[in-house]
Formats: sequence, C-alpha cells, structure tokens
Amino acid sequence: MRNNHVISVLAKKRSRNLKIMGALSLISFIFFAYLPGESQDVTFNFVLGDEWVIIQSWIIGSKIGAYSFSALSVLFLALAFLQARKGKKLGASALAYCLSVFIAFMCWAAAGAAISVTGLLQGGLFLAIPLVFGSLSGLICERSGVINIAIEGQLLAGAFAAGVVGSLTQNVWAGLLVAPLAGALISLLLATFAIKYAVDQVILGFVINVLVIGLTSFASQRILTTDAARWNSSPIFSTIQIPILSKIPLVGPIFFSQTIIVYMLYVIVAIIQITLFKSKWGLRMRAVGELPVAAESVGIDVNKVRFRNVLIAGLVAGLGGAFFTVGSSGAFSRQMTAGMGFIALAALIFGKWTPLGAVAAALLFGFADQLRTVLSITGTPIPSEFMVMVPYIVTIIAVSGFVGKVRAPASDGIPYKRGGSH
Amino acid sequence: MKHIAKKAVLPLIAFGLALFVGGLVIGFTDSRVLSKIGAPISFLKTFASTVGNAYLALFQGAIYDPNLAEGHSFLTGFYPLSQTVVNAAPLMLCGLSVAIAFKAGLFNIGAQGQFIFGAIGASYVGFHYELPIFIHVIVAITAAIVLSALWGGFVGLLKAKTGAHEVIVTIMLNYIAANFLLWILGTSNFLRPGRLDPLAPPVKDTARLPRIFGENYSVNVGIFISIFVALLFWLLLNRSTWGFKTRAVGANSSAARTAGISVQRITIGTMLIAGGLSGLAGAIHILGFQYELTSDAAGSFGFDAITVALLGRGGPVGVVLASLLFAGLRVGGTTMQANVQVPVEIVLVIQALVVLFIAAPGLIARYVKIKNLESGQEMASKGWNG
Repeated sequence: MRNNHVISVLAKKRSRNLKIMGALSLISFIFFAYLPGESQDVTFNFVLGDEWVIIQSWIIGSKIGAYSFSALSVLFLALAFLQARKGKKLGASALAYCLSVFIAFMCWAAAGAAISVTGLLQGGLFLAIPLVFGSLSGLICERSGVINIAIEGQLLAGAFAAGVVGSLTQNVWAGLLVAPLAGALISLLLATFAIKYAVDQVILGFVINVLVIGLTSFASQRILTTDAARWNSSPIFSTIQIPILSKIPLVGPIFFSQTIIVYMLYVIVAIIQITLFKSKWGLRMRAVGELPVAAESVGIDVNKVRFRNVLIAGLVAGLGGAFFTVGSSGAFSRQMTAGMGFIALAALIFGKWTPLGAVAAALLFGFADQLRTVLSITGTPIPSEFMVMVPYIVTIIAVSGFVGKVRAPASDGIPYKRGGSH
Repeated sequence: MKHIAKKAVLPLIAFGLALFVGGLVIGFTDSRVLSKIGAPISFLKTFASTVGNAYLALFQGAIYDPNLAEGHSFLTGFYPLSQTVVNAAPLMLCGLSVAIAFKAGLFNIGAQGQFIFGAIGASYVGFHYELPIFIHVIVAITAAIVLSALWGGFVGLLKAKTGAHEVIVTIMLNYIAANFLLWILGTSNFLRPGRLDPLAPPVKDTARLPRIFGENYSVNVGIFISIFVALLFWLLLNRSTWGFKTRAVGANSSAARTAGISVQRITIGTMLIAGGLSGLAGAIHILGFQYELTSDAAGSFGFDAITVALLGRGGPVGVVLASLLFAGLRVGGTTMQANVQVPVEIVLVIQALVVLFIAAPGLIARYVKIKNLESGQEMASKGWNG
C-alpha cells in the first residue's frame, strides 16, 4: 500500500516536471527562435591556450541555432517521457534536455557575438570556489544538526586572516594556514552559543555575521588602510599547471590550471563525499543530525559530536575565505565576500543537503554569475540585474517544492539536551 | 512598573558589556595606545582617553553637541538628536515588522527587501503624480504599504502552502529586491531627466512629510506615525482576537491548530502586516528625509531592524527605545569617524554584541548574580523543518 503511494507520488512529480519541461521548450521556440528579428552569427570558441588538440570555433546563425536546439530539446523531452512511462529515472535525458535549451538560449542571448566557452566555464569555476567551500561548511554543520547562517562570517574571517598574515609574513603559506583557524574561531562562537547556551541558531548566525563584518571592516579601516604596504599587500598563489592533464582540450584549462586552493578543494569534496556516507564519522554526523535520541542511546555524545563538527566546518569555510585574498586578489577589502556566504547557503539547500548536490549547485551558481558578466560585455536582451537573481529564484523554487521537495536533516537547528527532551 | 524595570535589566547589562568590549577593540587598535605598551601607567591613561574621546564623540554626534550651541541658543546643540530621531522612525517600523513576525513564531529577515518595495512605491507616486497636498502623502504611503505587504505576504503564502522556510525565502527575496531596485532605477520611468546614474527624480513638495521644528531640523511627522503604529501594534497584539491567535500560533502552532486556529491564515496575515510595516518605513524614509530614491535607499535599516527587535525583546516599548538607541549609535558613529577617526563600523560590533549577550542570558547569569533574569530569547529554536 505504502509502496504504491510512494510510487504514485513519484509519478506525479515526474509528470509535473515533464509539463514544466514542455513549457520551457515552448518558451524556447517562441522567445529564442521565432520572435527575434534578423539572424546574426554566434561564434563559440573552445580554445584558451596551448591545448593538445585545437577545437575549431563553431559558428552558427542565431535563428537556425535556436530553432534546431529547441527542436532537439523536444526530442529529449520525448525521450524523457518514454523513460518516465517505463518508471525509469530521468537523469541523463533531463540533462541533455537542459543543455539543448541552454544552447538555444545562448544562440539568442549572444546573437552577433563571440563566446569563449572554455573561458566561460573557467570563470564559472573560479567564482564557484568560495561557494563550494561555504556550502560544504554549511553541509557539515547542518548534517550534524546545527544551522549555519554564519557561512558569510566564516568566509570573511578566513579572507581577513589570510590577507593580514600573508602580508605581514609575505608568505602565502602562512596566510593559507591561519585562514582555516580563523574560520574555526567563528565556529567556536557558533558552537558555544548554539550548543552550550541553546540560542536560536538562525538569530545566532545572523548576529555572528554582523559581528564579523563589523570587526573586519573596523580593522580594515583603522589598521589595514593606514599602512597598506605592511598590512594589506599579501602575495598570491600562482596557478599550477598539472602536467599532461592541463593540456586536455576544454577540460584542461578549466580544471587543471588552477591554484593550490582549488586542488585542495577537489580533495576536500572527495573526502567529504566518501566519509559522510562510508565512515564512522559520517554515520555519527548523520545520526546526531537526524535522530539525536537514537544516537545517544548507543552511547554517542550528541553535543560533543556536534561541537566538533561545527569546528571542522569552520576550518573548511575559513580555507575558502583564503581564496579571496591569498587565492586571488591579495588585498583584503571591506565586506569582500559580498553575500557569497548566503549564496553558498542557497547552494546547500538547492543541493538538498548532499555534498555532490551542493557542489553541483555551487558550480551552477558560479557559472550563472560568470555568464552574467560575459553577456553584459557582449550585450544581451536580458538586464544583468535579472541574471544576478537566478540563484535566489531557483532556491526559492527549490524550497517551495515546485521541483522536488527538499528536506533538511530532521533535527537541524534543534538544540539537544541529554535524555532527548528539547 | 516593576515588571518593566525587570525587563530592562538584561538589555542594560548587555549594552554596558558591549560598550566595554567595544572600548577594548577601539583601545587595542590605536597606534598611540600600542606605542605606550611598555609603560603601564601612561598606557592605561592613553587607553582611557582614546576610548573616552571616541565615546564622547559618539555621544555628541548622537544627542547633544555643545560646540553647535556656541553662539546660538542652547537648543541648537540638540541638532544631532534630531538626526537620531529622523533615522529612528524607519528603524522603529522595521523593528516592529520583525517583532510582529516573532510573535507568530516567524523570523522575518526580509525587512530589507520589504523596505525597498515601500521606498519604490512611495518614490514613484511621489514624483510621478500631481496630487493635492495631504492626499498625495496618503496615496504615496498607501502604494508603499500595498507593494511591500504583497512582497511580505508572498513569504507567508509560500510558508503556509508549501512549508518553504521563511528565513531562506526572505534572505533570497532581499537580494532579489535589491537587484530589482537597481534595475528599476535604470528604466526610463525612474531615470531623472538629464541624468544617467541610478537616481530617481525628487518627490514633489506635496508628497513630503511636514517637518516639525522648522526647516533646519529634519525631524518630521514620520516619528509620530511610527510611535502611533507602535501603539497600534500593542493594541492589536494584546487587545484583539487576532493578536491572541497570533501569539497562540507563535507559542505552539500545533496546539493552536488543535484549538481551531487557522495557522495558515495567521502566517499569511502576519507576513502581510510585517511587509506593510517595513514598507511604511521605506515610505517615511523617502517622503520624510531622503526625498529621492537611490540604489542605497534602504541603507541597512532592514538588517538593523533584526537587532532592534531582539534588543527590544519583541515588545513595542522595547522596539521604540532600541530603535532610538541604534539610530543614535549609527548617527553618532558617523560623527565619531569624522572627528576622532574611529571607524563607524565599531557600531556594528556593539550592536552584534548586545544581541549576543541578550540572546544568551545564561552567559551573563554566570558572572552577574541577578535573581530571575528573564530569558532574552524571543523564540524557541525550531530548526528548518519547524
């Protein structure tokens, strides 16, 4: 009975998703292909440097491109429909569908211009780096049952510490070393008040952000700007070309021509994905986040596990903060994280509180941001302000359950008292 | 009276502690102080004078500056206070917006976005239409309230119908509103003739809120409107059925549902009102003080409002006093930065610390022995799924 119910809910969700996809294809046909006036050539470039194989640029008329890729999207939609009827998952065909609609969109948005696809993807990854670090910090906290709105503060603290220490020592490694510690310090504040004093975690995270923004801005104004040569001129990491891999066409320049911080990120993502689902640490984390009473009944000290994990989360976000200073610009400026912590939170939620989901969402948001920059240079019919809104809008859609309901860990944000009453 | 005094104990201790920590931050980042670190006595002297001067400048910038009164009447020295009051009015309304949501168990982080829509509505009616005096103000304020109430009510609707958490939705909506403001300022409807930068035309004289103490002081009737709304807030919550239901939902939503109260309706209604209050704040700020819409029209009112509501313990009296305090800190902080070169951001630190100390009464109770210290938590921790 229950099983049938689950299946029917899934089928319902699928049929709704298919309807949304159909509507999108229609929009694609009308707005990207039919309505625009004259067709102009769009050029897609794929080469950035000295890759082994030089992929030829691809030039296509904007109208013909939009028409063909809208048509292709309908084809993938039909495929998805057939799969749905057999009760299979839509993964691959849905992805191909999204890609076709996106290319149709690009034909319209970039009509008459040249787009460097490799550059676009590379820039997208660059912008996504702090988002990935931030969302992983949020993931570790929230999977353990502590809401983390303070990602912004953790990133900012990491950026500040790395910038200042990097400047004073003129050593990037010293900066990279203190950044996680600064993030963990913010986590210590979060953990103490959330776990020990059971303060509402949303309020707490909000206040911690104000505190960190205040302290770093104050120090920046009072100390850093008075003697910038001494306090605010950190050297930065140079990019490391990974031999062989960095020469792979398309993939190489995007993933394997980055700074050490990005390579560390790859490792951290892999570690978190594996340990969360395959290790004792991960099992305990999920246990105290979902059903702390059960965890305690088998002898786990719930609050100790939570405390430790919040600190680890701070380390991760702090390291991400280093990206802003020693990883890219070198100098710290006031509020330089510019709300990235909140987009990271959005990525975590949009990624349904899973590591790979959060990473994918962060990459998507970073890509959307880069696309906005690129399109605002080439000129496009959509105002750039609306493109900035994309991550925020999709997050609202996600939490409203329009495209598959997202669910937070069951005990996320609820302080735990021994014995299970809260 | 005794009840109110007891309620004020915790905020006062918290504020004192925050000022103390803020003083440490100011002192230990001062180069003159640090240069004397070898000699304890002159170190302490310089430390005290640095911090003292900073806080004196803060006070003079926020309340009374004797230098301004020199050669004029004694009252001229109160010019800073008038600036504080002008800024307190919108802050008060945003604080009430956050506070009313607290009462229903909702956390409205979206005051900033709601303020922006209020400011857009008031500004557009203010500069675009020709209307008789008085009526123009009413229409502009109504437009602001309607727009922002819809913006806020949308959050309530989503929460009631789909369970989408209001914190996540309001955070996202703030960014959407800020970008919407940037966009609309660039459209031909909002561009000031002859200008290309994002700056709307000034609102017409007929739409401006009258000033109370003459043209030299920007104090306007906005402060009366705000205090009147605070009074209404109290009446609505404590003397109406709707207020009773709201408090019931806030205290325990499942119990309220069992008792036959429509939690959905309360959630939507509360967010409509919360949005409208923040929008009214935006209208008062534009029609009473700024007169023109800019990309930075909302400043940080919507965010400061959260600390105001927390410091004010969610009650109207507390919110009124807290908004005056934080507006004073903001206004005075700017003067402090100009006069003694202590960056205004120290105000953010003090603000955050006050709220942190209040939210964790256990922390203060460990060091200060007070009987029956009332908990400063305005809502129980419920988590994302609550």
